[in-house]
Amino acid sequence: MPKSVKSPAPEAVRLAVRKTYKLYIGGKFPRSESGRTFVADGDNVALASRKDARDAVLAARAAQPKWAGATAYNRGQVLYRIAEMLEARRAEFTALGVPGDEVDAAVDRWVWYAGWSDKIAQVVGGANPVAGPFFNISAPEPTGVVAVVAPASLLGLVSVVAPAIVTGNTTVVLTAGPQVAITLAEVLATSDVPGGVVNLLTGRYAETAPWLASHDDVNALDLTGVDHPGLAAELERAAAGTLKRVIRPRAATDFTADPGLRPMTALLETKTVWHPKGY
Amino acid sequence: MTVTVSAALSDLRSFLHGLPGVDKVGVEARAAALATRSIKTSAKAEAIDLAIRMVDLTTLEGADTPGKVRALCAKARRPDPADPSCPPVAAICVYPAMARVAAAALAGSGVHLASVATAFPSGQAPLEVKLADTRDAVAAGADEIDMVISRGAFLAGDYTKVFDEIVAVKEACGGAHLKVILETGELGTYDNIRRASWLAMLAGADFIKTSTGKVAVNATLPITLVMLEAVRDFRERHGRIIGVKPAGGIKTTKDAVKYLVLINETVGDDWLSPDRFRFGASSLLNDLLMQRTKLTTGHYAGPDYFTLD
Repeated sequence: MPKSVKSPAPEAVRLAVRKTYKLYIGGKFPRSESGRTFVADGDNVALASRKDARDAVLAARAAQPKWAGATAYNRGQVLYRIAEMLEARRAEFTALGVPGDEVDAAVDRWVWYAGWSDKIAQVVGGANPVAGPFFNISAPEPTGVVAVVAPASLLGLVSVVAPAIVTGNTTVVLTAGPQVAITLAEVLATSDVPGGVVNLLTGRYAETAPWLASHDDVNALDLTGVDHPGLAAELERAAAGTLKRVIRPRAATDFTADPGLRPMTALLETKTVWHPKGY
Repeated sequence: MTVTVSAALSDLRSFLHGLPGVDKVGVEARAAALATRSIKTSAKAEAIDLAIRMVDLTTLEGADTPGKVRALCAKARRPDPADPSCPPVAAICVYPAMARVAAAALAGSGVHLASVATAFPSGQAPLEVKLADTRDAVAAGADEIDMVISRGAFLAGDYTKVFDEIVAVKEACGGAHLKVILETGELGTYDNIRRASWLAMLAGADFIKTSTGKVAVNATLPITLVMLEAVRDFRERHGRIIGVKPAGGIKTTKDAVKYLVLINETVGDDWLSPDRFRFGASSLLNDLLMQRTKLTTGHYAGPDYFTLD
């Protein structure tokens, strides 16, 4: 029997798995079509171009009818699933420097909005009394494709995306904190959220936001994350060209406070139906 | 060589089978390489306007109504009502039953009227029926006829039958231009596409067209490349100029521009004209209009601002 030669165990050296934070468009994680990247806190991050924004709008538009057509119950289940997956990835967010209680608050916010999915219609819609032999019913409907300029914090990001999608809108979100945003995209991608419902772009607001503000196929614009008043005014002017709904908070939003219904109702249109009463 | 109507079956067969085979890998690689060309700014603006002028705006549905055809004709005359500088399309393409309505709606506009005929899309009908179909369409005002070849006969090797049918339909067309649909998706191989192209051109086609739009595989870049090569070689040999019309599945401006590059690099820029190249399409036009609007206004256009039909 040959003598087995036992070599000394090599020192355990592992190559680092270096991560590139890519965009999230149509349920996939593509690099920027421009091939550009930038470095944020030592990480390589895709730098979105106007064409990435265009592609994201196409993905959002394609996903919108089916997402709005899903039952409210089903959308609520999907949002709750996001909360479950976010909870499971808590450590990943704290490792990125997000305080633990902020992650908890973000999870709770998903749960809170999940509950609203099949209740908002009763609160802001209903049967209207009219002086005639008609049933008169008002029902809220989603505005459509919403472009969101999101705040940098995790709670801020969740607080602008969740109220938009819970009612059946789809979103194109320009984000500031790229690592947190794309980690949230990884949560969304594993949460039964159909591809295209949330699209996340990382990069410079000033470069991509004007293209979304003037885009004919975007129905609403949320400027919560814009901290430069000049840019906000410019975006509002561009949005006026197609009569987009524009959300522009007057003061800095405290995301830890109870958001109320306004973030949802701002992205809803009311449809009223008159129906003759038969005998 | 010259092939006449009376050509013996063996002559036609030996000629068609004597054509060099198509290098499948090569033709696909060439088409893919040309598709990467980047056409921007003013060249893109010209390409878009040219592509609009090349569109055969098509509706071939069982649900076509006179109203829908009239609406489409209005769109053909003036694709973008908001912009008078937008050129009209090349032609409207309808079923023979709708040709009369379309002819009235297009009168005086310069937009051609193409009608499919010869038992479109299958071509599985007796020759007398096909000829009657063709004469009907011409009498109704069509100045371009899109005929289908009998793929069954072609695949069975009965080339003279296909040849004679094309000759007979060409005669029935009178002064109308004849586009011969090869239905490339049913021919199986590039070799067959090359043979069918030559067969149609020898029989007197004015245009060769890829597909009906009714089968799974429609126009693709490599298929169109093979047909463009056939057209180029045919001119070299016979001096006659034949047009090419890819149809079905071309939906975006990007796709259309790839075809224009393919033309320019295969047969040269004298084929970059609606007289020699057409797109058989319906949804393509709206994408061209959206891209055109993007270039003129400086912001992205949306589908809500353009008519569906």
